[in-house]
Formats: sequence, structure tokens, C-alpha cells
Amino acid sequence: MDWGTLQAVLGGVNKHSTSIGKIWLTVLFIFRIMILVVAAERVWGDEQADFVCNTLQPGCRNVCYDHFFPISHIRLWALQLIFVSTPALLVAMHVAYTKHEKKRRFRNGEKIDIEELKNAKIHIQGPLWWTYTSSIFFRIVFEAVFMYVFYYMYDGFQMPRLVKCNAWPCPNTVDCFVSRPTEKTTFTIFMLAVSGICMLLNLAELCYLVIKICMKEPRKTT
Amino acid sequence: MSWRFLRDLLSGVNKYSTGIGRMWVAVVFIFRLLVYVVAAENIWKYEHDEFECNIKQPGCENVCFDHFFPVSHIRLWALQLIMVSTPSLLVVFHVAYRENREKHHNQKLYKNPGEIDGGLLYTYLISLILKTGFEIVFIVLFYKLYSGFKVPRLVKCDIRPCPSTVDCYISKPTEKMIFLCFLVATSCLCIVLNLSEMSYLIFK
Repeated sequence: MDWGTLQAVLGGVNKHSTSIGKIWLTVLFIFRIMILVVAAERVWGDEQADFVCNTLQPGCRNVCYDHFFPISHIRLWALQLIFVSTPALLVAMHVAYTKHEKKRRFRNGEKIDIEELKNAKIHIQGPLWWTYTSSIFFRIVFEAVFMYVFYYMYDGFQMPRLVKCNAWPCPNTVDCFVSRPTEKTTFTIFMLAVSGICMLLNLAELCYLVIKICMKEPRKTT
Repeated sequence: MSWRFLRDLLSGVNKYSTGIGRMWVAVVFIFRLLVYVVAAENIWKYEHDEFECNIKQPGCENVCFDHFFPVSHIRLWALQLIMVSTPSLLVVFHVAYRENREKHHNQKLYKNPGEIDGGLLYTYLISLILKTGFEIVFIVLFYKLYSGFKVPRLVKCDIRPCPSTVDCYISKPTEKMIFLCFLVATSCLCIVLNLSEMSYLIFK
């Protein structure tokens, strides 16, 4: 049970997405989940072990680490990826429900071509359009919320080399050194950039869907 | 043998569930199991090594850690996930029993062995009651064992062989508290889903 399962679930959603949705999914898998697993986790792997404070006072390091890193970057990214991927499940559930209804009608005797039922490409229209659009909206909201949380919690996106700490039981203001600050800053900026790209893709997809439905309306009325 | 077994079990149960049941499976997979594996496990990984007491007396740290963490949060979390998923096996067994009976008698005894009617409805309801029961038991256990869901930065310990009252510092207390709150929130969500599924089946 790991990111592979999420990938299997989201891969299923891919069939019912627009082209921009498929690009978004690819960016998510390759530039976010894969980078997180193969690179970022190693960089943050030794974060508390190598967080060193200029004091021998027991407990000072624990307390300072907890004060400056209430929730680690890597955990925030994992949560962000989980929350951002979840709205796609709404679409998967809606499609499954639609197919289930068709199957039920078929079983109750209505004449529906079973081959057509199996291979039908679900078009994004009607109630599914609303589900799909709300899922994109929620994705955008979650991305924005997490980016803001990052910015607020860590006062920007740069990882300092040195933090000054005077939380009890540190005897006075103590210098504490963060491990691999430059590498961490690089990955933070990278993940931020990719989040931004994903947000732009989502906004583009939202505009595309809205324009598509607006173009359909005048044609219907004329 | 890993979480994959649980994942396969729950996927198998999905076929025989109601819509709310499928939502419950999705919540358990994504917000509990996946969060546990990719995030929570790493937070508690070195909890004993990073537990530090303000004393050089050998054995004092071990004894204090054992006193304050009789069963670690992360182990309780794993046990909760396993216990909460297991009642679904009752439904799987019942469906398998029905299919076996059909094969044995060589005729169609049920409209559809996986349809939730008759005896299977009772089995399903019992599994829902057990799931809800286990959730509540574990939340109460967490609350009682750790006096609430707060993880303190500092605990004071004076058990032998610690010579006096010693300050001990827990590692990553804020992060642990955030994930514990997440655990409680998802448990409550699952309880609500189970209760609504029960009312839906009873009033159907």
C-alpha cells in the first residue's frame, strides 16, 4: 500500500478526463509523486538526526526542532498530493454510478446494447460536467491552501542554514543548524513551481470546460 | 505480508457494498492507510532514539519511555486499521458460502449471491456494528492511554532508576499531535459513514 495504489486509482480516472486533465495527471505522477519518492524523501530523511544545536543541554535540540518544524515539508507535500488527487475520485465515483444505473436498467429489461454499454465513452456533459468542474475547483482550492500554509508556516520558501532558538530548556539563545539547507531550498522551489504549473493547468481546464458549455448553449437555442 | 493484503481484502468487499460502503472503503484507503504508510510511519520511526532525558543515569530513558508510551501511537493506529477492516471478512465469507451452496445444489438458489438481502443483510449489519464498535473502542483507548490527544513537549519522570524527577523531551510533538488529530477526524468520519449506512439499510 503506497503511492502505487493511488496511481492505479487515478489511472482509471484518466479515461474520462479531458486532454488537459491527462497532462495534469502526468505532471502529478512524474514531477511530484515520483520526485517526492525518489529524491525528496532522501533529502529530508535525516532531518532531525542532523539538526545540530550548539549546546550539550539535553532536550534543547528536540524542543528547537519542534519549534521550527511543526510539520515537516515532506509530510505537508504528501498530504498536499493526497488532497489534490482526491477530487478526481468524485469523477470516478460518478462514472461508476452512471454505469451501475445503466446496468440496472438493462437487467430490468430495457433494451440497451451490452457492447455499447461496455465500451461507451462517457462524455463530460450534464451532471458529470458539474461533478468534473467541482472536482477541478476543489483541486485548485487545495493547491492554493497548501501553498499558503507552506508560506505562512516557514516564512517564505527558503530554508535557513541557521536558526536561533531560546525555547526552554535551552539555557540561552542557542544556534541550531539545519541539515542540507540549499538542497532543501532547491526542492522546495521545484515543488512550488510544479504546484504552480498544476494550478495553471487546472485553471486552463476549468476555462475550457466553461467555454465548451457556453458554446453549446447558443447552438441549442438557435 | 504487508498492507497489500488489507488492500486486496477491502477491494474484494467493494463489490458487495452499498454506495456508502464504497465511500467508506475510499476514505479508509486514501485518508487512513495511505497517510499512515507515506507520512505517519516516518514521524514515529525513531521515536525511542530521539526521546531524550536530562540525565546520564543508564536505564532511566528506557524506563521513562516505557512508562509514557506503553503502546506507541503508531502501533495503536495500525491495530485500529486492521481491526476496523476485518469485519468486512464476515460479508466475504457469507457470499462465498452462498456461492458454494449454489454450486453444491447445482441450481440457482439466490437471485444474486452478492445481493444484500435476507441473511446477508444481517451479516452486513453486524459487520457495520462491529466496525463502528472497534472505531469507538480505539478512540477511547487512545484518549485514556494518553490523557487526551495532546502530545506534550516535556514529561517529568521519577521512576527508578532515575535518581530524582527528570525532564524528558519527546521528539516532534507538534507533528505527532497534528497527525493524531487527523486520525481522530478520519475515525469520526468513518463512524458517521457506518451509522448512515446502517440507517440506510434498516429503513430501505
